[in-house]
Amino acid sequence: MRSLADMAFILVVVLDLFVLASSRLGAAIRAVALQGALLSLLALLLASSGHNMGHVLIVAGGAFAIKAVLIPWLMFRAIREMAIRREMEPLVGYVPSMILGGVGVVLAFAFSRGLPLPMPEMHTFLVPTALATVWTGLLLVVSRRKAVTQVLGFLVLENGVFVFGLLLTDFMPVMVEAGVLLDLLAAVFVMGIVMFQINREFSSLDTDAMSSLKD
Amino acid sequence: MILLIILVSFVLGGSAFAWPDNRTRPRLLLVGAAVHLAGVISLWIHPEGPVLSGYIFLDAAGKVVVSTSSVLFLASAIYAQGYLQRRADRDNRVFVGGLLILLSAMTTVGVAQHLGVLWVAIEVTTLATAPLIYFNHNARSLEAAWKYLLVSSLGIALALLGTFFLALSGAGPGGPKSLLLDDLIRAGPELSKPWVRTAFVFLLVGYGTKMGLAPLHSWKPDAYGEAPGLLGALMAGGITNFAFLSVVRVFQVMRAAGEAPFASDALLALGLLSMALAAVFMAGQRDFKRMLAYSSVEHMGILAVALGLGGSAVGGAFYHVVNNGLSKGVLFLAAGNIHRAYGSKRIDDVRGAMRRLPISGPLFLAGFLAVTGTPPFSPFWSEFIILNGAFSSGRWVVGAFFLLFLAVIFIGMGATVLHVVQGDDRGAPGQPGFKDGWLTAGPPLVLLLMVLALGLWLPRALQGLFQAAAHLVTGT
Repeated sequence: MRSLADMAFILVVVLDLFVLASSRLGAAIRAVALQGALLSLLALLLASSGHNMGHVLIVAGGAFAIKAVLIPWLMFRAIREMAIRREMEPLVGYVPSMILGGVGVVLAFAFSRGLPLPMPEMHTFLVPTALATVWTGLLLVVSRRKAVTQVLGFLVLENGVFVFGLLLTDFMPVMVEAGVLLDLLAAVFVMGIVMFQINREFSSLDTDAMSSLKD
Repeated sequence: MILLIILVSFVLGGSAFAWPDNRTRPRLLLVGAAVHLAGVISLWIHPEGPVLSGYIFLDAAGKVVVSTSSVLFLASAIYAQGYLQRRADRDNRVFVGGLLILLSAMTTVGVAQHLGVLWVAIEVTTLATAPLIYFNHNARSLEAAWKYLLVSSLGIALALLGTFFLALSGAGPGGPKSLLLDDLIRAGPELSKPWVRTAFVFLLVGYGTKMGLAPLHSWKPDAYGEAPGLLGALMAGGITNFAFLSVVRVFQVMRAAGEAPFASDALLALGLLSMALAAVFMAGQRDFKRMLAYSSVEHMGILAVALGLGGSAVGGAFYHVVNNGLSKGVLFLAAGNIHRAYGSKRIDDVRGAMRRLPISGPLFLAGFLAVTGTPPFSPFWSEFIILNGAFSSGRWVVGAFFLLFLAVIFIGMGATVLHVVQGDDRGAPGQPGFKDGWLTAGPPLVLLLMVLALGLWLPRALQGLFQAAAHLVTGT
């Protein structure tokens, strides 16, 4: 179990770097979906006997359904309707993004030493993985031009936050966790609607076209 | 009763989406607002204990914010009747439904005693308002909606991270293992220090984005500039107040954990920065709705400074929450009318609003005087209490900067407002047929009278409420 969880954490970080480097939108969406699936697997792997199994199953199942199935499906639908295939059109090139992402991973490992988990039995990779994923998400949002990719960055960021949530299955009631996941789904849905309007209004999803509001 | 209020507005919001008739749909807003206000009044008369095993409870701090927005929402709902009648060409399904869901979510924020529930409700306020900014269906409002949605969502995601950190701080052996406010406050000093501090940074950034504190305010001028006036009123006078309440909740935990000095310094810094930035951008502002957005940045800064000062200033902060809510209602609703009457919100086009709109024009001027802290309007008193708190606790530098920024903002904002209301309106562009009506000019007028009344006489019940709310934060 332990080594499996190790593998899963490492894969999550590898997927971060993959999304930063990938120029094809479809591949990036699949990577984020896979990341979501890994997170729901991790929720199961990290559950010890002390946990309420029913709760863990609901969280893992909900995360899988929303992060690995529903949201990727919505994203694919969006890029199909708007006829965008590839080209992430980065403001920051792929290689520099990779390097920044790598620096983020190193910093995350360094930083997590200063924040020892209050639960010593928990996994040592958890904090650095979460921080690295949050960093990747932020990087994607600010360094990409297309609205779709910015949403993808937001999803990666949420995945990073969710890794921390894995520790808290004991004291977040199911209703609240469900609320968090549903909010995410609703957010992507609303973003999808707005993206659709952007595409119609500007004939592209390039957020550079949207710069008329300033002082 | 609390649950009923939340549920009724939510169900009404849902039924607005199913309501077939565009002309009668806005009435649902009136129903929702009336039920909400009736519920809040009944909670004043018969206070209710914690429900849902302590997750939901209307405490004094929540009561201040919820009551203010209940009044503001009723005013906006009446205004909406006139506004949506004029915009009969446009489908108002999303607009009406979104506003009612916003009301439900805001109330939930006000009564949430669990930081997870609080987060979920705050996120819903973002999602319910973003599509409404796009009500005018043009490129500019779309840009504003996208920026608001993305920036707020990112901020809120960081707040969730902060919430999880706070939970982790109490996850050690013997820790509370809970996100209930009471449990966290009771555990206080036993919370793990490094996690509490990191949590505060993320929560302040997250909810600070929602409040629109500088430098996290980038969405605000765009969103308030493009949103219809009544949505601007609810955002600047409602949602941002609830975001402030969220920061207050976090501060309560910080104080219990013995980290109040750290949190206070951060709040003072962001608060003063917001006031400074508002002062700079307000001067020479050519767009009067964007000017109001910077005024909102300023007032969130004032609230942050007051919370950071602690002591007697905190009571002033809760008083100021009420004043900010009501006077933002006056300004945004009046600005909405002026915008309609001229078809423009650039001050190069708009002049002589006093002549063209005999009620909204003077209201805009009076609202400006109120919001900048001119006596006898109530913001003068709340700002006075905060300033007094700064000087009496020996924070001379903070007090001096506070006064300086207020003065600069008064001058900068005054120049723009006078340009709008004075002069001769002949030759200015216009939309024929728009006049002040009771439905559109009445609500801001009543709100202004309330601001005036609260400045002349503060009822004992309200005084007690502000003290009780401040007691939750400062413990004295």
